[in-house]
Amino acid sequence: MVNFNGVGGSTIMYTAHYPRLKPSDFRVKTLDGVADDWPIDYQTLEPFFAENDRMTGVSGLAGDPAYPPKQPPMPPIPMGKSGQRLAQAMNKLGWHWWPSDTSIATVDYEGRGRCLNLGHCTPGCAQGAKASTDITYWPAALRAGVELRTRARVCEITVDPNGMATGAVYYDEKGLKHFQPAEMVILACNGVGTPRLMLNSQSGKFPNGIANTSDQVGRNLMFHPYAFTYGYVDEPLDGNHGPPLCLWSHEFYETDKARDFVRGYIFQFGRGTGSIVEAITSTANGRLPWGEDHHKVYRSLLNRRIYLAAICEDLPEAHNRVTLDPAIKDSNGIPAPRIDYTVSDNSRRMMAHAHARATEVLKAAGAHTIAYDEVPNSGWHLLGTARMGTDPERSVVNGWGRCHDVKNLFIVDGSIWVTSGGVNPTSTIQALALYIADSIKKHLADGTLFE
Amino acid sequence: MKYPTLTDAEARDLRALAGEMIPASTTYNVPGADDDLIFADILRSLERDTADARTALAHLAKLAGGAFADLPADRRRAVAATFKQQGGAPLFALNRVVLLCYYRDDRVMRSLGQEPRPPFPKGHVVEQGDWSLLDPVKKRAPIWRRAD
Ligand SMILES: Cc1cc2nc3c(=O)[nH]c(=O)nc-3n(C[C@H](O)[C@H](O)[C@H](O)COP(=O)(O)OP(=O)(O)OC[C@H]3O[C@@H](n4cnc5c(N)ncnc54)[C@H](O)[C@@H]3O)c2cc1C
Ligand code: SF4
Repeated sequence: MVNFNGVGGSTIMYTAHYPRLKPSDFRVKTLDGVADDWPIDYQTLEPFFAENDRMTGVSGLAGDPAYPPKQPPMPPIPMGKSGQRLAQAMNKLGWHWWPSDTSIATVDYEGRGRCLNLGHCTPGCAQGAKASTDITYWPAALRAGVELRTRARVCEITVDPNGMATGAVYYDEKGLKHFQPAEMVILACNGVGTPRLMLNSQSGKFPNGIANTSDQVGRNLMFHPYAFTYGYVDEPLDGNHGPPLCLWSHEFYETDKARDFVRGYIFQFGRGTGSIVEAITSTANGRLPWGEDHHKVYRSLLNRRIYLAAICEDLPEAHNRVTLDPAIKDSNGIPAPRIDYTVSDNSRRMMAHAHARATEVLKAAGAHTIAYDEVPNSGWHLLGTARMGTDPERSVVNGWGRCHDVKNLFIVDGSIWVTSGGVNPTSTIQALALYIADSIKKHLADGTLFE
Repeated sequence: MKYPTLTDAEARDLRALAGEMIPASTTYNVPGADDDLIFADILRSLERDTADARTALAHLAKLAGGAFADLPADRRRAVAATFKQQGGAPLFALNRVVLLCYYRDDRVMRSLGQEPRPPFPKGHVVEQGDWSLLDPVKKRAPIWRRAD
């Protein structure tokens, strides 16, 4: 599991690849007979995707045949030498490809400087070109009067005898316990943090955790099994100059009955790696020797790597779940989450397919020494553990993020996803959060918020 | 955070090992990883990896039957090869620090055609690329699946 705890959450250390879910992702049961349909659809989210693209600052190119029409506010990140080589290879194979939508500013945008091609997007952007929420939404929220309390660890959401949330109990940085009363509570701790907090919020009314009469809290945990393939070409390309992202391909996204798996995946193409990472990974893989030959071999690898990763759709399964660890606690004594997760046969077949296709495109790009890293339990997209639905017996929140059991408790993170799609999730998590906020506003206005 | 330092004997063995990992090369005009400046950087950068480094070096001394640094050159090479083959997490951690410090040395970076400077604030130039490559893709009908 990888996540970042701090203001901005894991957007501080995400890679900023920013595809949306697609219309078919919301109708998986209807179209393919697996999992469940979402209670909402792409059209419902469309205005919130657009608003989020504007708030976040998304770069990309309109006209992608893999999506309904959309207009990213900034031009795409450059293709570079690596992108061109990969694009030519995909044209040879007749595949779909397009410059990726990214949450990286390619021009100066709303007070943020444009990308300088530093190449260190994932661990953090010194230039502030990468849209992490500490520099996008938080300043706007603070200006609007939101009070941010940092270093607070919430251990419980409390309820009254009528089953309404009354507030949050938290520890401050000195370990002192506080109670913050509230008329309404909104959770945004993502696919592991949210069920952990809910399961930790036990009461007479909810002995198995708040809003958990369905026993769905913590279940259906989905990652995106990640099939990572790379190879080396015979000329230096971009290395780690520029964002590591460049292109995507949706060629294998939608279900194809001729394949031995349902659903599909996006390919996310990468430029290369930096000189130190190349040395470390190639030594670990046995490609880079010690001794006299080290220098010659290293020079044949440096800046010659190209890669792609398949983000495979993971289907929900009740046994993949977050529970509370019976023994491990954090430094405040709050029970830690425990993860039980098994990769499905469908995912394994999908990863094998992705690896075979990736090898094909790398060969078409002139790559040799092709290697494959399978990361089946890639724990950085955390989804599904408090899912949306219309049936209170099979889901935790309704179609606009309100808990079925607790009518003033809302969830706005990846835990409410019904299915995972085969794309990176953050664009859709954020659009969903805006949609839920808007729904709250509408229901507040017409007096139906807690009905 | 304060980390323990290696003993002199451990440091001598590590330096000898670093020289086996990446020796100096006249062909490429680069120092080895046992160079004064690079090795000082390695010692400074062990930090959280010090415990692993110690475990790895203890194993190395065991394979050498004493101080690795005192072995004759051909025997040293043979012991280093066995050590590498046996692998393990402590060796990986040690090797990572050696590579990290080696490839950030100014002389090494220059020999690779890199400017010895941090990427920020000057940044780098990445070519836009030929966007007309997209023409065949633009001609495709929508490939997203309708759900209504
Ligand atoms: C290395 C990496 C690369 C990634 N790359 C991409 C990418 O390219 N594209 C993409 O779309 N996504 C990517 N992701 C995923 C992306 O980061 C997440 O989808 C996104 O951050 C989710 O946002 P969130 O606000 O729902 O949750 P988070 O960002 O996880 O934020 C949750 C916040 O809640 C806090 N919290 C949790 N529990 C408590 C508690 N009990 N009390 C108080 N605070 C609490 C956490 O500290 C954290 O700050 C990546 C993630 C990682 C780790
Ligand atoms: S390439 Fe550099 S400037 Fe651009 S987003 Fe990434 S880290 Fe920031």
